[in-house]
Amino acid sequence: MTNHWIDLKNSDAILIIGCNPAENHPISFKWIEKAMDDGAKLIVVDPRYTRSASKADVYAQLRPGTDIAFLGGMINYALQNNLIHEEYVREYTNAAFIINEKFNFEDGLFCSFDDQEKTYDLKSWAYENDAAGNPKRDMSLQHPRSVYQLLKKHYSRYDADKVCAITGTKKEDFLRVAAAFCATGRPDKAGTLLYAMGITQSTHGTQNVRATAMLQMLLGNIGIAGGGVNALRGESNVQGSTDYGLLFNSLPGYLKAPQYDNVDLKAYKEKYTPKTKDAKSANWWGNTPKYITSLLKAWYGDNAVAENDFCYDYLPKWSTGHFYSKVIERMGKGEIEGLVCMGMNPAMGGPDSNNARTALGKLKWLVTVDLWQTETSIFWQRPGVDPKDINTEVFMLPAASSVEKEGSISNSGRWAQWRYKAVEPVGESKSDLWIINQFFKRIQALYTRDKGTFPEPLTKLAWNYGEGHEPDVHLVAKEINGYFTKDMTIVDKDKTLEFKKGDQVPMFKYLQEDGSTTSGCWIYCGSYTKDGNQMARRDASDPTGLGLFPKWSWCWPVNRRIIYNRASVTPDGAPFNPKRPLIAWDATEKKWKGDVPDGPWPPMKDDKEGKYPFIMLAEGHGRLYALDMKDGPFPEHYEPMESPARNLLSKVQNNPLVKVPANVSSNTAKFPLIGTTYRMTEHWQTGGMTRSLPWLVELVPNMFVEISESLAKEKGIKKGDKVKVTTERGAIEAVALVTSRLKPLNVNGKPVEQVGMPWHFGYSGLAKGDSANLLTSAVGCANTNIPEFKAFLCNIEKGGSKA
Amino acid sequence: MGMSRRDFLRGGALAAAGVALTGRQGEANADAPQMRTKGLKSSTTICPYCAVGCGLIVHTKDGKVVNIEGDPQHPINQGSLCSKGSSLFQVAVNDRRLQKVMYRAPGSDKFEEKSWDWALERIALRMKETRDRTFKQKEINKKDNKEYVVNRTEGMAFFGGAGLDNEECYLWSKFSRAMGVAQLEHQARL
Repeated sequence: MTNHWIDLKNSDAILIIGCNPAENHPISFKWIEKAMDDGAKLIVVDPRYTRSASKADVYAQLRPGTDIAFLGGMINYALQNNLIHEEYVREYTNAAFIINEKFNFEDGLFCSFDDQEKTYDLKSWAYENDAAGNPKRDMSLQHPRSVYQLLKKHYSRYDADKVCAITGTKKEDFLRVAAAFCATGRPDKAGTLLYAMGITQSTHGTQNVRATAMLQMLLGNIGIAGGGVNALRGESNVQGSTDYGLLFNSLPGYLKAPQYDNVDLKAYKEKYTPKTKDAKSANWWGNTPKYITSLLKAWYGDNAVAENDFCYDYLPKWSTGHFYSKVIERMGKGEIEGLVCMGMNPAMGGPDSNNARTALGKLKWLVTVDLWQTETSIFWQRPGVDPKDINTEVFMLPAASSVEKEGSISNSGRWAQWRYKAVEPVGESKSDLWIINQFFKRIQALYTRDKGTFPEPLTKLAWNYGEGHEPDVHLVAKEINGYFTKDMTIVDKDKTLEFKKGDQVPMFKYLQEDGSTTSGCWIYCGSYTKDGNQMARRDASDPTGLGLFPKWSWCWPVNRRIIYNRASVTPDGAPFNPKRPLIAWDATEKKWKGDVPDGPWPPMKDDKEGKYPFIMLAEGHGRLYALDMKDGPFPEHYEPMESPARNLLSKVQNNPLVKVPANVSSNTAKFPLIGTTYRMTEHWQTGGMTRSLPWLVELVPNMFVEISESLAKEKGIKKGDKVKVTTERGAIEAVALVTSRLKPLNVNGKPVEQVGMPWHFGYSGLAKGDSANLLTSAVGCANTNIPEFKAFLCNIEKGGSKA
Repeated sequence: MGMSRRDFLRGGALAAAGVALTGRQGEANADAPQMRTKGLKSSTTICPYCAVGCGLIVHTKDGKVVNIEGDPQHPINQGSLCSKGSSLFQVAVNDRRLQKVMYRAPGSDKFEEKSWDWALERIALRMKETRDRTFKQKEINKKDNKEYVVNRTEGMAFFGGAGLDNEECYLWSKFSRAMGVAQLEHQARL
């Protein structure tokens, strides 16, 4: 989230698209309802009439996977009706930037598409630079090659009739949504946009997210109280696990994981340190060398010195993407010997579960660390297989629960909150911290004793977390924050600061490139300082009245509660909305008041020191036109890989960068219905944490599928009947839930029915049922490879035991 | 001895304040002898389900969890919880929780109970064998036909982490890279 949960109360309009907070983030609705009590409009766009929709002032239905058509239509509506926040767009986004002459878009394809490799040459989309090397700008926004004009042209194709023919939305509903939300384009109004997997789980998921961000920038809604692009994250610490780089392409703090051709630290820094010649651009990623060096110092301690490139060689380098579905694919080919799952359940949590379950059987060894027996830990005795045929050695390790250990987790609003240990772990279960520590210490001992292949990354790793039975979690938290490795004097403007070797670094602006600081995750620098553990704070004061709660827990970066907040003020530092000032420049005291600003510099207009608000981009301006998306600078509508409809906007049916796996097809004769998966209040993810809890099992005991009354009538299915749902990948049995919440869509004159289902069920636990992911496909987003769980083709028939 | 409503509320407020200031475990009710939390200890926690980050109070007695409820001081949920959050007690107290290390030999049709020491030693050996056997120091890149240092353990993958604490995620990330495991993925990709 750019903003945070409580901030929802500050909104004038709340657009829920691709998420269902009343169902999946129920307590957030407290703040949505607070906003509604104060007059805010709630707008819900979803294929289903959800619990969130039931509370909405305006509801519009759309077909799964057509979000870009819908959002593109809203962008067009805002531009055509002149509802944008013009000063914001001109000053703070790249609307005024000029694009080079080669750029072109024609009939669904951007320029420079390589049909063989299925890639674009991203350089062909570059800005046009002036003699000084800065992008050219036309502040009148009239230049035909300005981003603004190109944007206007691109989305002029997304008129209401075309949009509704694609999405199946009633035109009056679409127009009501567009009018209600685009009304927040005024400086004194705030609109927030909430999304989750309905936006991301798509072959154009990243472009879906971009479309939300572009709409919000056009309306001047990013960086302000009550605004933002807010991803409602689904797991208690999925924000933290992402922050700490548990992804093949990411190191802690969103530093890039090195690739094969970043041959040394110098090459790495060169590649990932963006440059700008514009003095007004803060270009915060320009600090990459300080952060990567501090990370390597945290990992390799005194062994990491300038002479050995701070042990950069010890990091693995990736070549082709090791994303989740690719790992499962390699596992299926027998190319992976061992897998460790820390609270993850690939036997049903990923797409195409039949394939994933078979792949697990190709492993030599498998370690599962969980509170429960899971579908993964007992995959070798799942229904339909003979354990004798599976030669995988399985270690099922019992893990402690969240109330049996101490540490922090980060919520969706980036608040890192400390949890305490209330009791000892049950039975012989152990905290994950203890388990990881044991893995490391035993491996290190083996490599020290027996040597082996390239032992140094393990034998030289710094691992100093006390001598106790369990690693001292406070020492880990302090290493994450970082400390000085020698006595330092730092001059910061008019202050001279003295630090001793071993002192905690107070904030990331003091991190260094020469090895004199460590920081295990630079964005958390400031979370554990000499003033103590900031994440454990419980001071519920709210000086601004905006609900920032600056002394409750701690949030990254630097306890800034709303990021990009320099965009909430005019170029001379006055709040756009004086009723809800987030930050304001005090010209007398020469400092900002309110939230922690996005950098200490004076307002943008200040000739000497002013900075643009979008500090993480080299050009300092929010990107209405992207330079680094693999599949285009503007989001363009393509159909989901499995779709009953032809693309009405261009001749290019699907995202041209996505390769289609063999078990994906749009055979509508065989599979005429649209399938979609989702979550619910009473269960959670793969069900480990809920399907073994009697209270929750009593509430929702069975796997079910939701269908409309019309589909039920057509198929002769009654509520409670057993049904079989099939796709190209597999078949499941479920209980039919016939409901008026699901309605067929009118897609270009033809009715299209949907089948909706939760993905929480499996063959382990107290309440068992077939897994929805037996049906889904592994085809993924062009940029991230997140699978397209939200839109696939299926069929349904009456009858139990898979008919 | 009788207790007025005012005394009762004052006692409750003081008890709550004890937790409110620190969140650490402390006596829940020194000043509220008649509250239902009598004799209990309490400490704060954050809900392990979705990422709203609601606060809860865990009450324990004699080292056992006896009650978990919403933390009224927490600014996000102000004491409210959804059906999952309200059920956290049954995560802490649940017969189905794993209590022992279990091992399944290749081809076997059952788990056997093992000690931590036995299992961890064997896992470490498996990890080392796989790392030594499948470690790729260099590879020829197909695009430019040049050789590059990659230092990757090709035959091992690590999954998971969205349910771990930050400090655990950090060590997992650090350990993974030291192992040469580039195939590190978790729920955020799904």
